Amino acid sequence: MTWIRRIAREFWGLFVDDGSFAVAILVWIGVCVFLFKSVLPAEWSGPVLFVGVAAVLVENVRRSARR
Amino acid sequence: MAASFNWAHSAPVILAAFLASLVEFVEALTIVLAVGVTQGWRIALSGAATGVVALGALLAAFGPALRFIDVRTLQLLIGILLLLFGMRWLRKAILRAGGVLRPHDEVAIFASETRALGAGSVGFITSCKAVVIEGIEVVFVVLAVGAAGNMLLPATLGALAAGLLVAFLGILLHRPLARVPENTLKFAVGVLLSAFGVFWIGEGSHFHWIGGDWAILALTAGFLLVSILAIPRTKQARP
Repeated sequence: MTWIRRIAREFWGLFVDDGSFAVAILVWIGVCVFLFKSVLPAEWSGPVLFVGVAAVLVENVRRSARR
Repeated sequence: MAASFNWAHSAPVILAAFLASLVEFVEALTIVLAVGVTQGWRIALSGAATGVVALGALLAAFGPALRFIDVRTLQLLIGILLLLFGMRWLRKAILRAGGVLRPHDEVAIFASETRALGAGSVGFITSCKAVVIEGIEVVFVVLAVGAAGNMLLPATLGALAAGLLVAFLGILLHRPLARVPENTLKFAVGVLLSAFGVFWIGEGSHFHWIGGDWAILALTAGFLLVSILAIPRTKQARP
């Protein structure tokens, strides 16, 4: 039982080790997929998604380095 | 057949699956070697073989189920998971390159596993667990980079090549592969998987990619550039 729990924890850990980082990525995906898609031209949505996740990454590593 | 082989998709798929699997196989090898040295190779190898069988069962159970999911939904879901997985590796690789996190040390892990194992009867379970846990990551990468674009074969070949290479080196050297530049590999895999993730989220959400499939290469270049530029900023931000 313990090692099934450990596998489940490891599987969760594949995607999340800094909760706020994962949440920021998911929020930006949601904004791009559900909000911007109907507002922006179709060829803009992809680059906007990329710019947002890149900004999340840069900001997160800067914050993590400061801690 | 050769004309329809899409290199823009399959070359990055093979490379991503190979590099990501290489990192995971190296980690599994370290534990299996520690068990082999302390408790004998029969226990270590039978544990590892049981782990491989368990992974095969997992793949057989979940692989075909993917066919029943709508293609767009599958692309969106896999894109989200790939982006989370890739960005997590990329973040860690940047922090390690910037000196914020300590690098992964296979020799130290091998020494601590060897100390912890001693001469008990947990060798079989330890070896099996290492193969299952690291193998799940390999299975995820193969399914994720392969399933959304109907590229399971190239992804499997990439992972298989990595597995054979690590097994061969493990048999040859009988010690952990300490010289594998793990952080550089994680950096490269993080860049590739993040690029795939953004691309598949776009495909699943009906975005229009300029250049079609070639947008994957532009996204890869974009993530690479951003990550390289983030390393000196990380060093500057350290207290």
